[in-house]
Amino acid sequence: MSFLTVLYALLFYTATALFIVGLAYKIRQYATTPAPLKIPTTPAPTTTGGVVFRMAREVVLFESLFKSNKWIWIFGWMFHVALALVILRHFRYFQEPVWGIITFIQPFGMYAGFFMVLGLLGLWARRIVVERIRYITGPSDHLMLALLVGIGFSGLMMKFVNHTDIVMVKAFFLGLLRFDLQPLPSDTPLLVHLGLVALLLIIFPFSKLLHAPGVFFSPTRNQVDNPRERRHLAPWAAELDK
Amino acid sequence: MAAAKFDTPNMREYPSIPALQPDATAHLKSFLAAPEHNSFLGFPDELVENWQEKAIEKMGDLLGKYRGFRVFMDACVKCGSCTDKCHYFQGTSDPKNMPVARQDLLRSVYRRHFTLAGKFFPWLVGARDLTREVLDEWYSYFHQCSQCRRCSVFCPYGIDTAEVSMAAREIMDSIGYGQKYCNEILGKVQKVGNNLGLPGPALEATLEEFAEEISDETGCDVKIPLDVEGADVLLITPSADFFAEPHIDGLMGYAKVFHAAGVSWTLSTYASEAANFSMFIGSYSNMKKVAERIRKAAIDLKVKRIIVGECGHAWRVAYSFWNTLTGVGSGADDPYAIQLQKQLDHSYPIPQHICEFTWDQIQQGKLTFDKSQNDHRTVTFHDSCNVARATRMGTEAGGQFDIPRNVIKAVCNNYVDMDPDTIREVTYCCGGGGGLLTDDLMELRVKGALPRMEALKKVINEDKVNAMAAICAICKAQFTKVMPYYGIPMDTIVSLHQLVKDAIILPGQGEEEAEPAAEATE
Repeated sequence: MSFLTVLYALLFYTATALFIVGLAYKIRQYATTPAPLKIPTTPAPTTTGGVVFRMAREVVLFESLFKSNKWIWIFGWMFHVALALVILRHFRYFQEPVWGIITFIQPFGMYAGFFMVLGLLGLWARRIVVERIRYITGPSDHLMLALLVGIGFSGLMMKFVNHTDIVMVKAFFLGLLRFDLQPLPSDTPLLVHLGLVALLLIIFPFSKLLHAPGVFFSPTRNQVDNPRERRHLAPWAAELDK
Repeated sequence: MAAAKFDTPNMREYPSIPALQPDATAHLKSFLAAPEHNSFLGFPDELVENWQEKAIEKMGDLLGKYRGFRVFMDACVKCGSCTDKCHYFQGTSDPKNMPVARQDLLRSVYRRHFTLAGKFFPWLVGARDLTREVLDEWYSYFHQCSQCRRCSVFCPYGIDTAEVSMAAREIMDSIGYGQKYCNEILGKVQKVGNNLGLPGPALEATLEEFAEEISDETGCDVKIPLDVEGADVLLITPSADFFAEPHIDGLMGYAKVFHAAGVSWTLSTYASEAANFSMFIGSYSNMKKVAERIRKAAIDLKVKRIIVGECGHAWRVAYSFWNTLTGVGSGADDPYAIQLQKQLDHSYPIPQHICEFTWDQIQQGKLTFDKSQNDHRTVTFHDSCNVARATRMGTEAGGQFDIPRNVIKAVCNNYVDMDPDTIREVTYCCGGGGGLLTDDLMELRVKGALPRMEALKKVINEDKVNAMAAICAICKAQFTKVMPYYGIPMDTIVSLHQLVKDAIILPGQGEEEAEPAAEATE
């Protein structure tokens, strides 16, 4: 077994562990921190079903962003939807047999790669061109975009320019899942691609990527507007009643 | 200290996003609270010795108590969606008045002390130590946020800068670095019963005067009752309604509506204030104490209903928080709350907004109006930020927009809305909310009013609007003061119930006269 294979196997085990543990820790933290007051941004749904619908619109369509700024929305939404398709497309590397739906979306996921990079470049351009956004952009914001563009670009390179042995790649990942190490091809685009993905997994729980779980816990979006009908009381606030 | 000179912003023909002028309002600093203001509220007298340590400790405490604060600190991706949404940014061009930049003043310290990235790579993620400069920046810019929540409408994660500025102010209070305007007033309301510090006898005399004025005008015996035990309704209204124009006309409007509806009501000396500035400084414990005064008044006066007058943040506290703070509605199990729950009539919303009450009476056909009495007016409506984005009226989402408009249209023939981008859920703050309605922030107040003034000017020019109704004491006081800066007559701002007052015909009124009494405030 080559040094590279062992290195990447260890890298992915570590990255996945950090990703899962880190994310679970943050989700637990969000879930267990009380929201002592009713603060939905109104008009807000008056039923739980309504809140689920509001959240779904927010997460799937980026409703608030759409209201705000059509350019950010177009690039942001394009990137996220394309990323979702691309991730689904990659499921084939982790399953045998491959689900029908994953096989079905392969061609869509393939071209989604271009839209993903396009959306990212659009967002990046705004960080440079629009004065207000330039002002609020820090080094980590540029690096995050560089990382994602790097992942997308190296992926597209492999698909359209410099093919790699994807049968071997699949064997490597299935091997990781079964704790049975298989050799990984040593093509540069692949190693760059996988290295950046591992890096993304590692920094996820420590970065602004926490917006992904965070949105579900945002009290201005996930609370039902019914304070007159139901008393809402956090445990620490209940102590003050005594 | 005299306020520095400043220029009123020019109205923009097509509201556009201003070019950044860094530190344009960095010099603004509202007065610090005096030691006695702080200590009365349970805060240290003045800036404590180890304030850095204490501030970080408090931040940690709040991160554990408020999920919103915790999530908002983590979730921002700096997408820029909120950057052009704040009226203070639009009016001042100061980039730190962009909601995300304002949050970042606090977030940078959060990252330094509470995240791994900020501990190890501060330069990468914009993490900063809490220095004296940072503290002063907090003080300045977290008192340049009116907590209007307009940014939260547009944030894809619902990040609410109001919550962040409340947390920042609570941290500053906890180290003895509070603001005079909020903290002094919070003392008055807890010592005297209202923000104004108006004692019982003075209040009684004032109310008698108003009642006489209405009775003289209408020929009906209209009362503005105070401390009447056994009345059906306890009215909790901002104390500005007792002394400021155009607020007083609103109060007289409520009195006429209660009279015409035949509902017995009373004000309370002990709780003669709807406002609860504790919300502005993020102090849960003070907010609870002030709210408990109202619960006590309701119990002592044995009322069946609680109605809240025209006040924006007070309606937020009442609608969204009273039940949580004092169990005024249902679900609480301490003895006072249980007593109150038994006493109150649950067939009405608890609490109820005065606009809900009036609209209900109108729908039941209990009120008679002569709409022509408002024909000299073309009216528009300013949605107050707290009512619009933090509360509801009626049973449907959005009732807070429709019910006030319904009432206006029931009493006025000429009504137009302002630009849709400036009303309802995306309404602009008046520029004076959130504890900023103080003369030491006049520059900010004038500049922050810009987007609303532009929208108003447009309907003044195009639709001949000459009255803008509001249902918030702060909005009314703010507009009265800042409109002249923009060449708009200060009496353009009216109370919503002032319009009701001018059109309502009381039972028996005018029977011996040919016409209803003439408008007094003309």
